Amino acid sequence: MRYAMAIDTRKCVGCGDCVVACQVENNVPIGYCRDWVVESMAGTYPKLEIEIRSERCNHCDNAPCVRCCPTGASHIVEGGIVLVTHQKCIGCGACIQSCPYDARYSHPDGYVDKCTFCNHRIAEGKDPACVSVCPTKCMYFGDLDDPNSPVSKALQDRRYKTLAPEAGTHPQIYYLL
Amino acid sequence: MEKKLSLEESRQRLTQIEDDLIRPLKSHKGLEIWVLFLLLMLTLGFYAYYLQLRDGLGVTALRDYVQWGMYISNFVFFVATSLIGMLITSVLGLLRIPWITPLTRIAETIALAFAMFAGIVIIIDMGRPDRFPYLFLHGRLQSPILWDVTVVTTYVIISLLLLFIPMIPDAAILRRRMQNSPKWQQAVYKFLSANWVAAPEQYALIKKSIRVLAILIIPTALAIHTVTSWLFASTLRVGWDSTIFGPYFVSGAFVSGVAAVIIAMYFFRTNYKLHNYITEAHFNRMGQLLVLMCFIYLYFNLNEYFVPAYKMRKAEGHHLEALFTGNWAVMFWATQLGGLVIPMLLLIFKPFRKPLPALIISIFVLVGAWFKRLLIVVPTQQHPYLPIQNVPQNFITYKPTGVEIMLTLLPMVGVLIVITIIAKLFPIVPIWETAHEQGIDESVIK
Repeated sequence: MRYAMAIDTRKCVGCGDCVVACQVENNVPIGYCRDWVVESMAGTYPKLEIEIRSERCNHCDNAPCVRCCPTGASHIVEGGIVLVTHQKCIGCGACIQSCPYDARYSHPDGYVDKCTFCNHRIAEGKDPACVSVCPTKCMYFGDLDDPNSPVSKALQDRRYKTLAPEAGTHPQIYYLL
Repeated sequence: MEKKLSLEESRQRLTQIEDDLIRPLKSHKGLEIWVLFLLLMLTLGFYAYYLQLRDGLGVTALRDYVQWGMYISNFVFFVATSLIGMLITSVLGLLRIPWITPLTRIAETIALAFAMFAGIVIIIDMGRPDRFPYLFLHGRLQSPILWDVTVVTTYVIISLLLLFIPMIPDAAILRRRMQNSPKWQQAVYKFLSANWVAAPEQYALIKKSIRVLAILIIPTALAIHTVTSWLFASTLRVGWDSTIFGPYFVSGAFVSGVAAVIIAMYFFRTNYKLHNYITEAHFNRMGQLLVLMCFIYLYFNLNEYFVPAYKMRKAEGHHLEALFTGNWAVMFWATQLGGLVIPMLLLIFKPFRKPLPALIISIFVLVGAWFKRLLIVVPTQQHPYLPIQNVPQNFITYKPTGVEIMLTLLPMVGVLIVITIIAKLFPIVPIWETAHEQGIDESVIK
């Protein structure tokens, strides 16, 4: 089992619904976020191209945040989901520094927090909150080991990329091009 | 060593040395104001910490991008300055450099005080300080944070031993000489003198212990600052992702440590009237040592900044531009020139190695060293690995708050308190080693 997400950069309109859904679902404090939308512009006027990406923790196979965690609060559970046990986190910030995606933040209560792939919803057989609210259905979530999962199907016939592959983290969020 | 002294001469000279070195422990002129100042700062610091405990790290300017700000810079500075104990006592001591004798205790006191508070600085930076024991209960070996905690603790313990074991004969002397002191103080001397009767076997044992500790502390000291540098170097961030961070940090540590010792030397020399013990020759030597350390550090700085600047790779280029010509330029050039290059060039000339000029230059070096740590820690975080557009302004800018500044000063006040206590309870220049160096036979020093 390997949970992953594919996000269609051509379908995404950058509405930010995923961000709001996540904040509501996971009770993220105001001013913080577990996912965010990046618009990256390329080219010169009038030939401009914009790529819109909904970004979050990449739930890396080789996660530097888990490696450097001094107490084991950051850990990987079945399905490759990287989680933080809030009760075990001492708030040293080492994981925040080690993450090339800047996916983690320091919660006002002192511990570190980040995307969980909504593992409480997965357990109920639902999609993560961000995926389920997307108005353009640009996000696909599922098990990479299952060839019939939405994410496997999405990756089968499209070109895709991952972010900062050179960091060697083997990220599990795929961006369809 | 000078010619062999007669027994009578030896006794007279020893009494003279004891008088000179113990006198400062008995007079408390100006101490009240100093202690009052320290206590005031301590109270303000504790109040600031209370605010931070109550409201969380939100009271600081630490936000999404800059997660490690002044606190971690301060931590690096503390660890750096504490390395001086190893340089003076161990490296120079094992090389049998004769002039370090009166400086060893100053260096060890500084080392111990800074190392102790380095651990406290890290607790101040923690989001959940109440969970500090988790580092030991749930510690995981692959985390650089755990390595750091381990080596800092080890270094504090060895430094403690390296301060108090050579003090055993002095504690015995103090027991004899400080009969009028309060009961608790006499109890401290009694405990620390560890049944010292100046037997030849005891001398042999103490010298061997000091030697063993002096050797043990070298790898430990190298480890604490190397591991501290790895907290940064083990990430992917520009400006930190460097293979020379270990030696770069260690060489920088000796610069700030030597400067701190020169400042302390000047203070104790004038206030404790130790002109015959800490002489101009000592300032001359320490000045030369500082030149050497500055040269080595400058060499590593060149490697660290010039090589990437030659290439100006994309992300690294942004980072270096911010340092060289951007919003960090003033601080960068002030620390590099005012805190390193100019002091080094001045100290090459002998008149600048006289006590007063050496003091002023050392203050510049030490202050520069603090800001250098800030320049290593903060600007990097403002240039994340994957830069994105339209980031909220408060993510990028970093303006430390009042609470943060107070909590940066708090450990410094702590260091001053520890140094004050040690320097008020014990002679800051070792009596028995000084006496021994002046040719007084060991059997006389009781």
